[in-house]
Amino acid sequence: MKRKYIQNLGFGGLFLCMFATLFFLGLIIFFVGARGVKAISWEFLTQIPRCSMTQGGVAPAIVGTLYITLGAILFSLPLGVACAIYLCEYSPKGFMVNIIRISINNLAGVPSVVFGLFGLAVFVKFFGFGVSILSGSLTLGILALPLIISSTQEALLAVPQSIREASLSLGATKWETIKRIVLPAALPGILTGVILSIGRVAGETAPILFTAAAFYMRGYPKSVFSEVMALPYHIYALMTEGVHPDRQMAIAYGCSFILLFLVLSISGIAIIIRQKQRIQHG
Amino acid sequence: MDKKIKMRAEGVNFFYGRSQALKNVDILIHANQVTALIGPSGCGKSTFIRLFNRMNELVLDTSLSGNIYLDDLEINSAQIDPVHIRKRVGMVFQKPNPFPKSILDNISYGLRVNGVKDANFIEERVEASLKKAAIWDEVKNRLSDSALKLSGGQQQRLCIARCLAVDTEVILFDEPCASLDPISTAKIEELILELKKDYTIVIVTHNMQQAARVSDYTGFFLLGELIEFGKTQDIFTAPQDKRTEAYITGRFG
Repeated sequence: MKRKYIQNLGFGGLFLCMFATLFFLGLIIFFVGARGVKAISWEFLTQIPRCSMTQGGVAPAIVGTLYITLGAILFSLPLGVACAIYLCEYSPKGFMVNIIRISINNLAGVPSVVFGLFGLAVFVKFFGFGVSILSGSLTLGILALPLIISSTQEALLAVPQSIREASLSLGATKWETIKRIVLPAALPGILTGVILSIGRVAGETAPILFTAAAFYMRGYPKSVFSEVMALPYHIYALMTEGVHPDRQMAIAYGCSFILLFLVLSISGIAIIIRQKQRIQHG
Repeated sequence: MDKKIKMRAEGVNFFYGRSQALKNVDILIHANQVTALIGPSGCGKSTFIRLFNRMNELVLDTSLSGNIYLDDLEINSAQIDPVHIRKRVGMVFQKPNPFPKSILDNISYGLRVNGVKDANFIEERVEASLKKAAIWDEVKNRLSDSALKLSGGQQQRLCIARCLAVDTEVILFDEPCASLDPISTAKIEELILELKKDYTIVIVTHNMQQAARVSDYTGFFLLGELIEFGKTQDIFTAPQDKRTEAYITGRFG
């Protein structure tokens, strides 16, 4: 009897923890949703800001976030996937590779504001790209690299050794095996990781603070060397500057809602891809 | 020995790191015959069979001495690309390992990596291979289905067909029935007897009845040594070595 009682107590405790987590998650969505949705209108989504940010829309910030995120992925996806393939499939196993792996993992732990400073020093100043989409994308790309590398590595390691051996035993070279067998099998896993890092990158503020973001722009960026508005930074700016805090706060919630919506839909796509993969391999 | 020798090993020693897995093994593999390698777990028979298509190169920190010939070609010489050896010496593994692709793509894969582009030729070869592997009737109407939907026994026959599609000459079976039920096992054994008309076959097995049923020659391994090798009939009825006799009568292993 006593053992059963302890078991029930244990399960009950676990359930409470799970419930508390869900509660906070729900609270965030509810809070941001309830306050944000009021600000959302066609005008809000498609117009540029007017009257010192208190009226009009946030379209340039939405567009800016999309540009910077896209740029970051264009840069980090090929580089990260290639790097993971090399580390996983080609590099001789040993001391040096372990050091490289540990370094990459540590890179993932570097605070994002440090990436921001790094971007300012290297891309903005040293390479002379200025505060621009290009600098911001590269900085965010470097932030995303370790995420992409480690998720790709995991996906590659999950491909069973037995099908690599099968391919090699049929007279395929190592490269053909990777290209035709390992990569296709790992692709859904890689994509999931990539999409999740997109979500992460889209919401980052600190890395673009000094490298890409503008408080206010009268129109849309003209080239990759233009400054841009971006949703996360726009929220930050609305809450810390300006002369109409109450009206600005409503807009900030509107922006948060859009950002949350973007990131959640991106994660949703990742889940759908993973699910499809499960069905195929069922 | 008037029959043709397809493969032979001479003085083969093999090490994993410092531990010696094979000790001075000599063997002759006769063309168009089935050679069974038996012995207790860890005796080196799987390690040995994987030397015939240079698969052990994929394992780190191993070393090999001695010679292994395919016809008169020393397969480990520096100028030989393992890819060519593996094309001629196919392998069927312990667990069925189809690619997560369609049945058709599984069979045509070996042809495609070897540069075959002619669609008609591929189609014919796929059909012929599946027929030879006695699985054509079960899959002919669903060639574009995923190979992973097949049962374990069907998957193993698919893997055999995949091996036949490239112009293989020798087929190495590494405990091909270890994960199969008795009916699937019987089908594979039947298939092996059929295939030996066209191919040279080496099979590693834990199952002595299997060795007795399908093989023409048998080699008994113990602790990395080839204790006894000869015609299957002789090994099973009149073993020369006491240890062979002890093993096949079930006293250890």
